[in-house]
Amino acid sequence: MQTPRPLSFDFAPWRLSGTVYGTLLNDPAALAALGDAVHAAPYKAPPIAPVLYVKPRNTLARNGASTAVPASATALEIGASLGIVIGRATGRISMQDALSHIAGWTLVGDLSVPHGSFYRPSVRFKALDGSCLLGPRVVPVDAISDPDALTLEVATSGSGVCSFTTSGMQRRVAQLIQDVSAFMTLSAGDVLMLGVKAGAPQAKAGQSFSIDCAQIGNLQGHLVAQTPEVVA
Amino acid sequence: MKTARVAYAGAIHEAHPYANGLRLADGRVLREQDVVWLPPFEVGTIIALGLNYANHVKELSKELTVTSKDEPLVFLKGQGALLGHRGMTRRPAGVSFMHYECELAVVIGATARHVRPADAMHHVAGYTVCNDYAIRDYLENWYRPNLRVKNRDGGTVLGPWFVDAADVPDPHRLTLRTTVNGKTTQNGNTADMVNDILALIAYLSSCMTLQAGDVILTGTPDGVVNVNVGDEVVTEIDGIGRLVNTIVGDDSFGFEEPAPCASNT
Repeated sequence: MQTPRPLSFDFAPWRLSGTVYGTLLNDPAALAALGDAVHAAPYKAPPIAPVLYVKPRNTLARNGASTAVPASATALEIGASLGIVIGRATGRISMQDALSHIAGWTLVGDLSVPHGSFYRPSVRFKALDGSCLLGPRVVPVDAISDPDALTLEVATSGSGVCSFTTSGMQRRVAQLIQDVSAFMTLSAGDVLMLGVKAGAPQAKAGQSFSIDCAQIGNLQGHLVAQTPEVVA
Repeated sequence: MKTARVAYAGAIHEAHPYANGLRLADGRVLREQDVVWLPPFEVGTIIALGLNYANHVKELSKELTVTSKDEPLVFLKGQGALLGHRGMTRRPAGVSFMHYECELAVVIGATARHVRPADAMHHVAGYTVCNDYAIRDYLENWYRPNLRVKNRDGGTVLGPWFVDAADVPDPHRLTLRTTVNGKTTQNGNTADMVNDILALIAYLSSCMTLQAGDVILTGTPDGVVNVNVGDEVVTEIDGIGRLVNTIVGDDSFGFEEPAPCASNT
């Protein structure tokens, strides 16, 4: 048997050379919360394949970053997800091979303007500058024995601590890698979010938040009011 | 000036049009089929517009619940979708409707945040042609258009040339056309955009910072038809370029048996 090729991996402060993909509605409770609406227009049916979205490079931010809340929003949703850091080209990979394509794990603070419709949401809700915090570090893949049983605690200065677990997802890590890689190839340096659990807290300008996972670390951010922009 | 990025004889080169082919920066003159064409610039965020031509909105209106008076329909794509001129794009076995989209691609040249429409063109570096494929069999009504439809490997074709903005006096008066195996299937003009380039840069820069290398795919006019394995699809914009792509099947991709093609229909 051939020796596996070493995984390309950028140690902190790492260079995120790829694209960050979010996974929508991977928590069955998030889909269930929509009730019968799932079968009504405009959705008409529950999702079949993984529903992904892109967090573009203007959203990427480090641990400790400040993110501006747009004047049009009263608060931002603080989405906490496990970030799966891809280690090698991942196309048409089976569940059994998924782990060997992962370089490591990080935390993602996916901030968005709360929105009730998942049909065709505006880019304004998900692509805010600095709305995708990554960190505080990437831990190697073998440092976590079961990525589907992690506890993520989200603390906001306004509303206390919420505790989430990565277990119980519709697609576990390996299944998600398999089902995403069936229709698009992920590259080394890409980050795929396992998904945000239902019941994510919100925070307002002036408040801080932290996402804590014992095996990965503590990711912190601050929300600030958007400075009124003189249109240049 | 027109610039390409090509791979030739073991290296990646900048190239310019020359006679009937191209000339590398080191002086070598080549035919276009002698090189591997890459997307003609370093691509940052890929921002795509849905339904930005009035007639295309009409074409798809049966499945629409929005009108062109609403906010621009913007979606984002990943780098894995990118492909260059003369590349091959896979049509999975068993799908019934895979179509091209000929689009003017606007490349950002300077950081843009809260830009007024009147100043928007100062942030444009140049243009290229985009052919942005979709496989409608995979359409689901969650975060439309979902990436399984619109973010296929090699499904976002760019090139052949990056054309400096200074060489395009009016980007809102360009003829676009698509031919499939030589037959014209799509014909339009950038004058018919619902949201023009000025409006798009103003809108996008009001909610996110645009950076040099980001590209805005400004949407496609009507005339999208199904393409099949073996088809040569040419998307062309006058003054910008003629972008060639070939549709290939699963057999080029090592599938031992027909690929699964679960759909929601």
